[in-house]
Amino acid sequence: MKNTGLWIRTAIIIAITLVGIYLVFGPRHTPTSTDFTWQGIKANLAANINLGLDLKGGSHLVMRVKTEDYLKTLTQNNEIAASQAAKAAKDDSGQPLAVGDASYVADNGNYDITLNVTDPAQIPAVLDAVKKKVDFSNWTQSTNGNAIVWSLSKQSQAKLKDQATDQAYKIIESRINAFGVKEPTLQRQGASDSGQILLQMPGVENPERVKDLVKGQSKLELAKIVSPPNPQPVQTYPTKEAALQSIGGKESDTRRVLPYAERDESSTATAAPTPPAAKKPTQFVVIENPAVVDGSELRDAAAIQGKGGGSDFQISFSFKPTGAQKFGDWTGKNIGNYMAVVLNGEVKSAAYIKSQIFDQGEISGRFTKTSADDLALTLKSGALPAEIEYQEERTVGPSLGADSIRAGVSASIGGLVLVVLFMLFYYRGSGVNAVVALTLNMILTVAALIVFGSTLTLPGIAGLILGIGMAVDSNVLIFERIREELRLGFLVPESISLGFDRAFVTIIDTHITTIISSVILYMTGSGPIKGFAVTLILGLLINLFTAVFVSRTIFKWELARNPNMQKLSI
Amino acid sequence: MFNLFQNIHIDWLGKRKIFIAFSIFIMLAGLASTIGRQYTPGGADAFNLGVDFKGGTVIVAKFKGERPTDDDLRGALHNVGVADPVIQSSTDKPDEVLIKIPLVENTTEAPEAAPSGDQATDTAVKVQAEAGRQTVKRALDSFGKEAEGEQTLADTADAVYKIVGTDSVGAVAGAKLRTQAVTATLFGLVGILLFIAFRYDWTYAAGAVIAVFHDVLMVLAFFSVFQWEINLTVIAALLTIVGFSVNDSIVIFDRVRENLAVNRVDSLFKITNDSINQTLSRTIITSGLVLLSVLALVLFGGEVLKSFSLALLVGVVLGTYSTIAIASPIAIWWQNKLGDSRIKDVLVPQQKGEKLASSSRRSVTRRPVTR
Repeated sequence: MKNTGLWIRTAIIIAITLVGIYLVFGPRHTPTSTDFTWQGIKANLAANINLGLDLKGGSHLVMRVKTEDYLKTLTQNNEIAASQAAKAAKDDSGQPLAVGDASYVADNGNYDITLNVTDPAQIPAVLDAVKKKVDFSNWTQSTNGNAIVWSLSKQSQAKLKDQATDQAYKIIESRINAFGVKEPTLQRQGASDSGQILLQMPGVENPERVKDLVKGQSKLELAKIVSPPNPQPVQTYPTKEAALQSIGGKESDTRRVLPYAERDESSTATAAPTPPAAKKPTQFVVIENPAVVDGSELRDAAAIQGKGGGSDFQISFSFKPTGAQKFGDWTGKNIGNYMAVVLNGEVKSAAYIKSQIFDQGEISGRFTKTSADDLALTLKSGALPAEIEYQEERTVGPSLGADSIRAGVSASIGGLVLVVLFMLFYYRGSGVNAVVALTLNMILTVAALIVFGSTLTLPGIAGLILGIGMAVDSNVLIFERIREELRLGFLVPESISLGFDRAFVTIIDTHITTIISSVILYMTGSGPIKGFAVTLILGLLINLFTAVFVSRTIFKWELARNPNMQKLSI
Repeated sequence: MFNLFQNIHIDWLGKRKIFIAFSIFIMLAGLASTIGRQYTPGGADAFNLGVDFKGGTVIVAKFKGERPTDDDLRGALHNVGVADPVIQSSTDKPDEVLIKIPLVENTTEAPEAAPSGDQATDTAVKVQAEAGRQTVKRALDSFGKEAEGEQTLADTADAVYKIVGTDSVGAVAGAKLRTQAVTATLFGLVGILLFIAFRYDWTYAAGAVIAVFHDVLMVLAFFSVFQWEINLTVIAALLTIVGFSVNDSIVIFDRVRENLAVNRVDSLFKITNDSINQTLSRTIITSGLVLLSVLALVLFGGEVLKSFSLALLVGVVLGTYSTIAIASPIAIWWQNKLGDSRIKDVLVPQQKGEKLASSSRRSVTRRPVTR
């Protein structure tokens, strides 16, 4: 058969069209008769396309950073640090300074640290020593008899709260971006010291997981365990009391008692369901304080499959250069000793140091893939300055307004109808080609968006509009070119062939240019810009197929039916 | 066959001075508007930035029974001078609605709501939120009385709504997103520049990219002069305009390249003019169709899409115009500079109004060749 090539072209087009139609309008369940009704098709279409916040709405979450907790922790830490610095300081003759107890107040909006000095004459020396070690720049300092008092003024409190909220904002932003929430909006809400952050996100599959991820507290510490070195087994205690007894009854600035749940699923940072694992009874270990390195030194963290394979996951992490240096020095000096990987105040694993380690580490603990992923993500994004609480949660409609979207859709359909009518009027029979190509272009572009799981937002629709505009342009370019060739006196088959070939050069140049710039937009841009770039790239790639391949196939059919065509309807 | 625009011989390039003067005029108007507004005390800002960009007040209003439609709410807010509120229904609480309005002007010296801020602006933020609340209250009062103070909606028989939440919000599109949008676009333009230079010539690449800048600046000039609101959708529109403008330029450049290959006689000047004329029917049909669709969006697309569709409308017209008025003259002018004085022969007589035919005959061997 002489038309084999034509049949192959047609088969390709029909196959792609059917797949496209199914992807866009087809159900993702076993088809029922309702799927073929108008309502059913509309419902399937709505279910298949992910629409963004501006077009469909989503969750609206108001959260608050517990900034007073942040100030309290800051006060506590500064109190300890100041006390230690003062006790370690020596006077000119090399004698330790006589420093009494330190105390702090942190409630009702008052944050004060008091440090008692035995000899008031030594106050300047103590202050000197403390200032070298502790940052009190935001604090108001005063002396009261033998005591040095640092307190936070209302202004400083507001400033620190604002900073803490900013910090939390950035961490949350990186977490939701890393998690892949499509085009969320994140805003500060309320006064700058209110600690409020507003997150709106389009309908995500598992909002609870995102919520937990956002507020996840992942505090990683690597610390030395107080224990005889390897090959002795690590020193553990069956109860907390026993552990405390070994260090004199209570925790001190240099010793802490932590639970050690050997090989246990973590449920602290994520809401992932705890699988029923073979649990050993929780034991306790004593670790040295402060930790050698903590999560702030992390450079990267990732979930990896455990050595046992299967569903056992671990988290591997690496340090920044400063952390690696610290860790390397310490491990070098402590070969044979036991080290604890502490996550959220719980010892995840205890291992003896075989050799000097610089920048790599692992947290094992029988995580699931989900919990390991989420944990790695929260570790990588850094620790939140304070706990986050959700204050308000509601489901909201589209931010562009439901009725304005309806208006926009009607107007766009009206515009498209005008285009179609014009093409049919101006290009007659060939206009049908253009309309078929355009329709197919739109279906396939939306199908491609569905395949890639993209979320369609208004910028995405702008990309779609430009794509359709360039598709119309491709048709016009081809048809005008064919007309030119016809006017020059070429026969119909030659004119069609020449028209396509010459217009194709133009079309490929315009398309590649725009695709190049869109790829750059996609790589360097974020949120709305990415959305625009994705739909445009897909639309243009598909247009090369529809406007050139499909349209030409239709012309070829016409020619095959009537090889001696004298007059083309164009 | 139904034909428009055949055998047209318009001397587009000869009118380049008029075109460029026109463009400069609009840009100066835009510049005057942005600078003038900034230095006029009490006046508006250079650009009318929406709540997406500068933050504002978000208000949650609870209605008794059925709440007014989004359009009614928008209309009521218009009447009290809020041009572009964001109205979000609350799907799980159908009687409540979220209304976001931009910072109310003239209350304070534009307090930056977030993310930076200190004690001084905190009071300003509270004042802002309260001013926003009052504005929305004035608008909502057109639907009936508010249940004031501690009263609930159920307590007061004649009240129809109550504002249950007032908060100031920061910008969605913070400075970060704005700079990112700009840098991403600039990088994209560099990509375009390199590709056109590779496929055509540096001079064409420069012409096309300068035309894009021209279009974007002109659209911004319109937005400043007419104080149309700039929100996130306008960024999308600007990206679209960039794409459209480049597309249009390449179509004509492609024709010039093709004509240069077959026509070894005419000057570049004439060939460019011819190429514009030969593709004119395509230009008018494509731009006309796009314009038609965008016009439908402007007229019937509703309030919220107004900024978006207006930007597209202006951009489509300019994108077409700039190819002829900016991109082509720049490409030719630069080739002229690159070449030597002989090429000038081609242009100079034209400026004097002499016939092109004679000059082109003289330029048989002098024509600058691009590729």
